Amino acid sequence: MTHLPLYQQLLDSCAALLLLLSFAMLSQRRVVALVNLYAVQGAVLAATTLLLAWRTGEDHLYVSAALTLALKVMLLPWLLHRLIRRLQVHRDTEPLLNVSGIMLVGLVIVVFAFSLAQPITRLASTATRSAIGIALAVVLLAFLMMITRRKAVSQVMGFLSMENGVLFGAMSASYGMPMIVELGIALDVLVAVLVLGVFFFQIRERFDSLDLHHLESLKEHQ
Amino acid sequence: MNAIDWITQVLEVVVAVAAAPAFLGWLNQCRAWLQNRRAPSLWLPYRNLHKLFHKEAVIAASASPLFRIAPYVVFGTMVVAAAIIPSMSTRLPLVGSADAIALVGLFAAARMFMTLAAMDVGTAFGTLGARREMMVGFLAEPALLMVIFVASQISSSTALPVITDHLASGHLGLSPGLAFSAVAFILVLLAENARIPVDNPATHLELTMIHEAMLLEYSARHLALMEWAAQLKLFNYACIGFALFLPWGVARAHIGPMGLAVAIPALAIKLAVAGAALALIETVSAKMRVMRIPEFLATAFLFAVLGLLVHVLLKA
Repeated sequence: MTHLPLYQQLLDSCAALLLLLSFAMLSQRRVVALVNLYAVQGAVLAATTLLLAWRTGEDHLYVSAALTLALKVMLLPWLLHRLIRRLQVHRDTEPLLNVSGIMLVGLVIVVFAFSLAQPITRLASTATRSAIGIALAVVLLAFLMMITRRKAVSQVMGFLSMENGVLFGAMSASYGMPMIVELGIALDVLVAVLVLGVFFFQIRERFDSLDLHHLESLKEHQ
Repeated sequence: MNAIDWITQVLEVVVAVAAAPAFLGWLNQCRAWLQNRRAPSLWLPYRNLHKLFHKEAVIAASASPLFRIAPYVVFGTMVVAAAIIPSMSTRLPLVGSADAIALVGLFAAARMFMTLAAMDVGTAFGTLGARREMMVGFLAEPALLMVIFVASQISSSTALPVITDHLASGHLGLSPGLAFSAVAFILVLLAENARIPVDNPATHLELTMIHEAMLLEYSARHLALMEWAAQLKLFNYACIGFALFLPWGVARAHIGPMGLAVAIPALAIKLAVAGAALALIETVSAKMRVMRIPEFLATAFLFAVLGLLVHVLLKA
């Protein structure tokens, strides 16, 4: 066992925590708790970014951390909470698989992501390169969440969590994306949530429910 | 192997057998305090055992010899398990005879005899308890094995004393893998020892009981042995937890016999803290429905496997 420096241990722990939070989101049925978990995930991501910024001395990472904190810990959860209150959705209907089943599928996905990331890890030279696999796993788990949920709000949560994973992946592979790209993504996510919020109301007005499987049939109900 | 190692070995088993009821008593005491009740005496489990040993044993007419043998087998297995868990010292002469995987097997053997004995008399409750116990067991066992695999990955050995020795040497730092498996281990401990979120050890609540249902047909000395074995199992699980996750204070090879003077108080302190922590967990959580237990244990398994995967990934 080699001695790892403290910041490395902290980064590894943060990465592990992100993965754990992804699983928590995957198993959470209540929508309000889902939003809170998303906020916590954002906070861990911001802490990781801050740690990395301090470690590498890259200035744009400080901005990225501040952006993550403002957007993903405060603004988006607040918007989503408001949305949930107004839409009166509190819990998702039963997911397509039972929770234990989804967890096991999630484990298989994690194994897949880790083995997929191995060659990339060997090529990268960043301090966080071992976390690339975790970032990939977070993205794929968010995919899984979007696939297995029926309600629109939970699917959006999956989408947002996926964006967290992508950001974390970029960070661990190459210390973040260029500033302009990051700003663009942040704006995209914000607009997406606003637009989807309008969508929710439209969907509910049309079908009296946020269950997306109503959208599967193209024709009007006769 | 010198004499001191053997003395330590014998001392360890004697302490485990003698202190197990006190550990349960302490846990119950803490729980009573947390619930604003007057706490029962610390020695209540001993008095209970004493009382039961002096009663006349009654055995159902339809019971086979298996029913009589089972308490001795279960108690014996737990004593053997106590002998191979390094709770005080990592230099134990008997430890070489079985590693951590064999330890899981020992627990499985005890469970098998217990469930067979419960079904032996043929009452409905015994069968019900046995079936539930098997359900809990077959879900908890892989999780426990995974927890052990994480620790053995770190120290590249499946022998508990080597693992403890390696972890206690201390140059490990923060290990997310080990932290995950610690959570998994606590969940398994609660499930395997019939503690609150899974089973309520305090009552004979007909429809929800698991462990108690299996003991309904036992009386007197057989019941005493079964209860003592359950207490010993809890003690053993606590000691496995210390060996894997809190190995500090255990006497190691180069510390010598004086290490015991540190190890015994350290064990006592760890047990006291663990008992209080378990009481806290039991107080803040509510009994689950039986149908939710697989979900609970799937979570434990998930934590353990995640710990293993994260450890393998981050080590690279």
